[in-house]
Amino acid sequence: MKNRPQSAVTPYLEQVHTWGRISMAIGLLVMLMVPASISLRYGAWPQMGPLLKGLLGVAPIFWTVGIIEAFTFAPMLGSGGSYLSFITGNLTSLKVPCALNAMEAAGVKASTPEGEVISTIAVAASSMTTTLVLTVGVLLLGQIRPVLERPELAPVFANILPALFGAMGAVYISKNPRLAVAPLVFMVALFIAVPSLSSSVGILVPVGALITLAVARVLYKQGKL
Amino acid sequence: MESFSPNSTFLYLVAGVVIVYVLAQSAFFLYKALRQGRALGIARSTLRKTFWSSALFSIMPAVSFLIGVISLSAFLGLPLPWIRLSVIGAITYELPAAESTARALQVPTNTLVADAGNFATIAWVMTLGILSGLLVILFGLRRIQSGLLSIKSKDERWGEIFVSALFMGMIAAFVGMLFADIRQGLSGWVPVAVALASALLMAVCGLLIKKLKWTWLEQYALPLCMLGGMALSLPLTAWMK
Repeated sequence: MKNRPQSAVTPYLEQVHTWGRISMAIGLLVMLMVPASISLRYGAWPQMGPLLKGLLGVAPIFWTVGIIEAFTFAPMLGSGGSYLSFITGNLTSLKVPCALNAMEAAGVKASTPEGEVISTIAVAASSMTTTLVLTVGVLLLGQIRPVLERPELAPVFANILPALFGAMGAVYISKNPRLAVAPLVFMVALFIAVPSLSSSVGILVPVGALITLAVARVLYKQGKL
Repeated sequence: MESFSPNSTFLYLVAGVVIVYVLAQSAFFLYKALRQGRALGIARSTLRKTFWSSALFSIMPAVSFLIGVISLSAFLGLPLPWIRLSVIGAITYELPAAESTARALQVPTNTLVADAGNFATIAWVMTLGILSGLLVILFGLRRIQSGLLSIKSKDERWGEIFVSALFMGMIAAFVGMLFADIRQGLSGWVPVAVALASALLMAVCGLLIKKLKWTWLEQYALPLCMLGGMALSLPLTAWMK
């Protein structure tokens, strides 16, 4: 498919930003409404000490990861995809691979008018599917639970990320082997040396991106890309 | 004041509001993108396949999120984990957030929270502890996209390479993570073996698309290979453990 260069903010993109900001602001209020409604309904406001201690246990790392993800994934997801993904979450394990796969299959590139459309459709479809599966699952939990908790099925759910990134890696690494070698070697060595880093892989995504960008710049200047 | 239960009808109603909002937002953006796609001349079949392949792709990860809801429900009831894993949250965040607050409150995580104050504190931490990405996108996405457009307008080719480098950085980090447990022996190689099996399936799909012109497979190759890789994890795990 032909990709038009997106050299300026088009009227469609202008609208996406307007809808995106409004819907995201409402989404933020809806999210805050959840604990607020619990507090109001039951007269139970959070206790400051445990609230701050609890936040201290997660906010420093997850606020950092969130900021990094916004800057790393927004160029891949486009505007519509970003506004949706950052409300519905699960970016690295679902929304970003889903959008990348859709753009690859449709033959469009990220940050083009066509890429913007395809990425938004992919993320919207993914968000709706996830929400519906969770809803049906919760409603039919009694019937589904014994199946999902069968120990012999545990490897299937433990290996979603390997199955996903194996297939994605095959596509992107074979398309860009020169770009791939340095970040891959670095990351494999790093995770073998420090296995505990796997719990904070989100922070290492921009590290991988910076290494790839440095290699890409050198190869580009040499005319090899 | 009404007596508290983490599985109360009230909390299910709150969950219903959140779910309806998330679905409505997605449906709105989907409708607008489909219209824009047709205006750009993208074939209806491409738009349709994009939707269905993305939906198919999302089913198994969504089932794994459901397992996350179940695991949190023993401590927090069903509605709150259901809400949290339908918006922003991933189990990798929600579980540590709940555990961190439970430790601060000195309550066990293996029994249902019975106190409304403790439940509210946990709900506030789960909500506030992960808002940064949303706030950056809400207030900064326009600027981020303008920066990218500026890079692309100066040098179109470098702009494309820039985005490809971001993809590759993400893939390298996650592929690297698959090797984290290999020092544990043969069982630690299971994720690598599953990834290789999935990659091999993708190579077969690539051949089928190229040699036999099975172009319909282009949209569905990744979800099918992911499902194939997950299915192959059963014999691979049995063999390697």
